[in-house]
Amino acid sequence: MTLTQFNPLELLAVLPELALVIWALVILAADLITGGIKRRTLGLLTAIGMVGVLIISLITMPQAGQITPTVLGALIRNDLYTFVFRTIFIVAGAITALIAGDFKIARAGGEFYALLILATMSMCVMAASVDIIMLYLATEAASISLYLLAGFMRDTPRSAEAGMKYFVFGAVASTVMLFGLSLLYGASGGMTGYPPLSIVFQQQSPSTIALVSQYPDTFTLASFGLLFVMVGFMFKTSAVPFHFWSPDVYEGAPTPVSGFLSTASKAAGFAVMMRFIYYAFPPGLSPVSNIWVVMMQPIAILTMFLGNLLAVTQTNIKRMLAYSSIAQAGYMLMGATAFGWSADRADALASIIFYVGTYMICNIAAFAIVGAVSVHLGSENITDFAGMSRRSPYLALAMVGCMLSLTGAPPLIGFIGKLFVFRAAMNANLIMLMIVGIINVLISVYYYLGVTRAMYSDKGDQSAPAIKIGSNTTWVVGVSSVALVLLTVVATPFWNLALEAARSFLS
Amino acid sequence: MIFPILSLIMLAPVIGAVIILFIPKDRNDAIKTVAAASAMVSMLLSLLVVFAYNRDQGGFQFAEKASWIPSLGVSYYVAVDGFSAPLLLLNGIVLFCAVLVTWNLTDRAREFFAFLLMLAAGVFGAFMSLDLFLFLIFYELVLFPVYVLVAGWGSGPREYAAMKLTIYLFLGSLASILGLLVIYYASGRSFSFDDMQRGVAALKDTVALQRTWFLPVFIGFGVLASIWPLHNWSPDGYASAPTAVSMLHGGVLKATGAYAALRFGVQIMPEGAKYWLPVVAFLCLANVIYAGSVAFRQKDLKYIIGFASVAHLGLVLLGICALNVYGLNGAGIELFAGGVMTGLMFSLVGIIYERSHERDFSKLNGLVKVMPLAAVGFVIGSLTAMGMPGFSGFPAEMQIFMGLWSASQTNSLMFAGQLNWWLAVIAIVGVLTILITATWTLRIGRQMFFTDAITPDWQQLPPLTGIEKVAIILPCIVCIGVGILPNSVMNIIEIGVQAMVKSIGG
Repeated sequence: MTLTQFNPLELLAVLPELALVIWALVILAADLITGGIKRRTLGLLTAIGMVGVLIISLITMPQAGQITPTVLGALIRNDLYTFVFRTIFIVAGAITALIAGDFKIARAGGEFYALLILATMSMCVMAASVDIIMLYLATEAASISLYLLAGFMRDTPRSAEAGMKYFVFGAVASTVMLFGLSLLYGASGGMTGYPPLSIVFQQQSPSTIALVSQYPDTFTLASFGLLFVMVGFMFKTSAVPFHFWSPDVYEGAPTPVSGFLSTASKAAGFAVMMRFIYYAFPPGLSPVSNIWVVMMQPIAILTMFLGNLLAVTQTNIKRMLAYSSIAQAGYMLMGATAFGWSADRADALASIIFYVGTYMICNIAAFAIVGAVSVHLGSENITDFAGMSRRSPYLALAMVGCMLSLTGAPPLIGFIGKLFVFRAAMNANLIMLMIVGIINVLISVYYYLGVTRAMYSDKGDQSAPAIKIGSNTTWVVGVSSVALVLLTVVATPFWNLALEAARSFLS
Repeated sequence: MIFPILSLIMLAPVIGAVIILFIPKDRNDAIKTVAAASAMVSMLLSLLVVFAYNRDQGGFQFAEKASWIPSLGVSYYVAVDGFSAPLLLLNGIVLFCAVLVTWNLTDRAREFFAFLLMLAAGVFGAFMSLDLFLFLIFYELVLFPVYVLVAGWGSGPREYAAMKLTIYLFLGSLASILGLLVIYYASGRSFSFDDMQRGVAALKDTVALQRTWFLPVFIGFGVLASIWPLHNWSPDGYASAPTAVSMLHGGVLKATGAYAALRFGVQIMPEGAKYWLPVVAFLCLANVIYAGSVAFRQKDLKYIIGFASVAHLGLVLLGICALNVYGLNGAGIELFAGGVMTGLMFSLVGIIYERSHERDFSKLNGLVKVMPLAAVGFVIGSLTAMGMPGFSGFPAEMQIFMGLWSASQTNSLMFAGQLNWWLAVIAIVGVLTILITATWTLRIGRQMFFTDAITPDWQQLPPLTGIEKVAIILPCIVCIGVGILPNSVMNIIEIGVQAMVKSIGG
């Protein structure tokens, strides 16, 4: 692809991303010009900008049912799928900015928020990219911003360690992924776009037959290429066996960043993975595509079991949430497995999108509460949450809501999310996987209820004063708690949106 | 648009809970007033439903139906028939009394009442939903408030009890959900009760399917109705739970289990029911005998009432096992009358324990001098429990055993072919178990209330407050009223039961 036919109107497709970049610069400038305004104000400013971008995104939103072409030299596709994930990332980014404003981060100035916005922007591009070069650039841009954010509390050894760990593991994973991409590039004879790749690796196409006759190892190379690229995706989504970084990083990173990592970054991993595996290797068309279809199920099962079983033994709440978010990735991978096997792919993909969205709301609210409480208490032990129902009844209630929603208890929104994923598995005849999923939900009841038990049953310090949390966090927690309940009642429009997004992705 | 009375019954406690959450936590009186008011609204509205139910028309009435998640075949579909309408009233009465009994609570009263009202809303919803999905949402909605209430406000080994209770009920509901999901997929992917019933009946291999999946569904719901040998959570849970929760759980929530087993087990899979229920009847008989005997041996008051409620649900399930008009009638009245009775007994035990901090009944004595009304309530509760004529337990237990007997005499029900005579044996043994109940209730009543001697400690106990008196008198009126005029509830239950028996072809 050459850029000779560049049409400036195509920039409209990335208008929200451009606006995000501009806003990142504005935040940096505001910090400089005013000589370091309060980080609260900066957080608010960041969130306002993100909301503005959301409005831009809504205006440029592609219509349902309309086929969206790839733009900018076939690097980007701004379809409804991109739109939905962009919304998820931006909402997560705005919430993170708000709660980070309340969070004591050493020397948090404009650069923290600028990095946050850039990470969000890169994730949006990840969801939109349909070319391996764009894929790699976007993934790296997001990762590098996140490495810096995770290690942002430079004075705290744990945070610095988290940043370093995340960087080392992340760099290895992305190198492996890059190696995989280069194999694909070589095996396909120099293709970078997903659609051309998919054509090359189809058994029946004349070009493939020619290629294979010339280079008999083409499929082997492509298979290894796909496997290595999957390593990168599994790292991003914290799927077993590439999950090991997440507990350490979540524990050490500033809590709002942990919340962002566990939701937006994971969602971005899924967005980019689904796009890549389906566009470049449509299931059933080549032996190469069988690799991802077959490997999804064992990965999903391992991820669920490992995440849930290790979460049971945790005493630090951030580590517990880290393992729980690994387990949650397992449920999403269950949807991805169904996507590979199912006849009704739109339904399976929509179930993943819906799940990611619902999970984002409850998990980020949970991290917001944990962040506020642990700063106040100076401890992250679950046992130190004892008696919270007496000290801060509303906060305790909101935390119960988040925990129950993560469990998948009705009538909270997490239940509807789980339901759709489980149904997708059922529709794909993955009965065994579904039963494994149900067993895992049962295991998870134990540790999610453990937090509830600490807050309501244990006595704790009777005379302790109420836990002080910032007004931003209060708003975030309040609004998301209400959303946990209300979204169940009005789930249908959101499900329909997810379904439309999945259809536009498949068309 | 008709007046959405059923939704209002269910929403009144929810609205109450939300309002309570916004009341400052030191305004205890305001919190309790709101709780009592919303409970009263629900109670009066459900009383209205029982009266306004058109007995000539029968069937499901006050229906409200709206599409909810069409892609899953889920709708908001609530309605009541003759069987479920009195159960709404039961929940209203017990909830109201439970709020009154807990009037003295000061520890985190706001959260307590909010959770309690959510629990009650879930039970209301479960009794009225005719969409299986909606039902399951309400059913599960009940479990988590119970956990928090028992673990947060209970006594004794409350965390252990709360976790045990939650795990038992959660596993039970999973078994039911699994079975019902299979039925849902087989019968045309609609969660609506009517559609499922029709869909199952129209299937080609319907008998085999029903016989395979009836048992998990029935036993799964049966766990909540504390069917032997899966009753174990119940005495432990009730012994640790705060009084109001024991009342609601023992009196009403267990009824939800039996009701669900009947509505979504027996009614959707009648062939499975005919095949399995004679076998299940033995478990239910074991409930009555075993729980009654344990209640006889126990010294801890809360455990005794806990086991009594296990026995009471055993009778209900026996009535369901008879699968005829008498048996189901008896089961319906027993659910209503026994639920009120269990609530009454738990509230009395709670009141006495709160004053004396003594749960070992053998150490209590002469209480009639301090709280005469409690003694009266206990006697009425005991007489109801043992099925004395003139009390609401009598028409219930008599019809249950009549139902079992007549089921053994007819060949209209298949009962796996040749098991009919078993039911006669069960009926005879079952009647004898009344003796067990009579023995322990009389023994305890005499020891606690009617001894001449009274320990000085107990003489100091404060008398009953006016609010507590209301909470005792109200269920007593129901027990006697239904006993004297059994037709007051029987004529509505019978309408529901006859339609059920007709639909299952009994």
